[in-house]
Amino acid sequence: MAEDKTEESQPNRRRQFLTALTSAVGVAGAGAMMVPLVASMAPSARARAAGAPVEVDISELREGRMMVVAWRGKPVWIVRRSEKMLADLTEIRDQLSDPDSTVEQQPAYAANGHRSIRPEILVLLGVCTHLGCAPTKKFERGAASGISADWRGGFFCPCHGSRFDLAGRVFKNVPAPTNLEVPPHSFVTDNRILIGLDSQEAA
Amino acid sequence: MSKFMTWVDERFPATKVWEEHVSKYYAPKNLNFWYFFGSLAMVVMVLQILTGIFLTMHYKPDSSLAFASVEYIMRDVPGGWFIRYLHSVGASMLFIVVYLHMFRGLLYGSHRSPRELIWLLGMLLYVTLMAEAFFGYLLPWGNMSYWGAQVIISLFGALPGIGPGLSEWIRGDFVVSDATLNRFFAFHVILVPLLLSLLVYLHIVALHKVGGNNPDGIDIKKDKDASGKPLDGIAFHPYYTVKDNLGVAVMMTALLAVVFFVPELGGWFLEKDNFAPADILQTPPDIVPLWYLTPYYSILRAVTFEWLPGGAKLWGVLAMGAAIVLLFFLPWLDRSPVRSIRYRGWMYKTALTLFVITFVMLGYLGTRNPSHVDLGLLKNVTWSQIGLVVYFAFFLLMPIYTRMDRTKPEPDRVTG
Repeated sequence: MAEDKTEESQPNRRRQFLTALTSAVGVAGAGAMMVPLVASMAPSARARAAGAPVEVDISELREGRMMVVAWRGKPVWIVRRSEKMLADLTEIRDQLSDPDSTVEQQPAYAANGHRSIRPEILVLLGVCTHLGCAPTKKFERGAASGISADWRGGFFCPCHGSRFDLAGRVFKNVPAPTNLEVPPHSFVTDNRILIGLDSQEAA
Repeated sequence: MSKFMTWVDERFPATKVWEEHVSKYYAPKNLNFWYFFGSLAMVVMVLQILTGIFLTMHYKPDSSLAFASVEYIMRDVPGGWFIRYLHSVGASMLFIVVYLHMFRGLLYGSHRSPRELIWLLGMLLYVTLMAEAFFGYLLPWGNMSYWGAQVIISLFGALPGIGPGLSEWIRGDFVVSDATLNRFFAFHVILVPLLLSLLVYLHIVALHKVGGNNPDGIDIKKDKDASGKPLDGIAFHPYYTVKDNLGVAVMMTALLAVVFFVPELGGWFLEKDNFAPADILQTPPDIVPLWYLTPYYSILRAVTFEWLPGGAKLWGVLAMGAAIVLLFFLPWLDRSPVRSIRYRGWMYKTALTLFVITFVMLGYLGTRNPSHVDLGLLKNVTWSQIGLVVYFAFFLLMPIYTRMDRTKPEPDRVTG
């Protein structure tokens, strides 16, 4: 009996090993086939090239106004803030969730009280940090804005009601988790901004 | 004829399959109104595939041509408007029918042992169908299509670590773009329909293995006559094929009434913002998915608690995912000794009523602005938070209340 067993199980074990090996090679082959298929779905060379920096002329932008340009297919807002708007930024600190821009939503050169290189010129990515909607500008003060009586001007996301101040900082108790993103940007001249490139990269 | 069938049967089990699944498949004799919706779902799915094929003959999956090609179908293709409206109204009809079909399961305990796999396959079908609807909704390239896709894809961006890379991979670009439209077209017309067809097949194979449930929730296979036919069973054909045909006639009447007279159904079946082409710089005033996804959308929006570790956004996405995942566990959460609502006590009846009211309420709230006051009293988001609690309580407390519930004794034979 004992002899029978070894005689039978020996080729069986070898066969099991070969079956397992063949299956493993098959699975590896199928897995390898998935690599080029999955990789083909990543942004193409053309899509990546379209993400190149954009140069914007802001000489026509008046105080208290906003302009929108497209960069990487996303809206970028440029606002020339007035003295009053800048003064308001410090007064509403208590209502904000991250007034000092501690979360990295901006390049280091915009991690200041006004979240910009030059205090009056604000550059923001117009994409809500909640789910990627486009917030709308609400620059009117008080009840005229339709938001609240003590509203000092800022942005309002109509999708889920998130609110941001005039430096793109998020208010407390709204769905958006972080401040609006400041894209990398630099001044080519006083009136020309390059969006998508830091000044040190340009140098 | 019989000579021909003999020839076929020697080469392919045609008669065997027909008898096993149709002419000698014995379904309980007491199936009522609620048992229409399974076959209706299949009919609408066939209608969607059929109309879809003809739409692809004229539609162009290109971001600069897509919107205009849909308008071309509506205006210039002979009868194109009819095919397109059948497809868009059919999508909503499919979800209506599927929701009623799922509710039937909750009423009569169709998900209970030994039918757990039927329920799981059905839930996979439901989730796959939501994906199919989502991919399809981008194709007209209207502004709501565009921003809806933007919002749903960025949900994946909330996942820690892999999130941003994953959503870029899904879009194939930094924003929803031509690349996204093209791949969603591929998913919508081939990948997901193949999956759906496979799942429908498996759903029915599993159903026919154990046999259908009935409004009494009792086993009809335990009482058989001498030939092995269940005493309380009747042949699927001709009895239920005839009954289901009546259902098809009534449903098609309703479907065509909508197609002919109110194809947009006041924005519920086709949203007004989708009649403007996609614009990356202009969000519609309220981004809302179509009604069949809004219950989960409300749950997503209800989580606004910033003190949660990782932030409210991540937990909102997780809550929405959990709301769907919990449905899969229903067969194991339900511990009642009886299947059917007819023999359950007041606790399950109350819980199910509250759940249905909550689900409809969440669906309604999801179509409305979250910061406004709704239903007279509270803010939309507050209602959603109440709904979220009831929704999760229905599932998480189910093992407790279904065991405590005072049930009635089940009858031996079906009751008509």
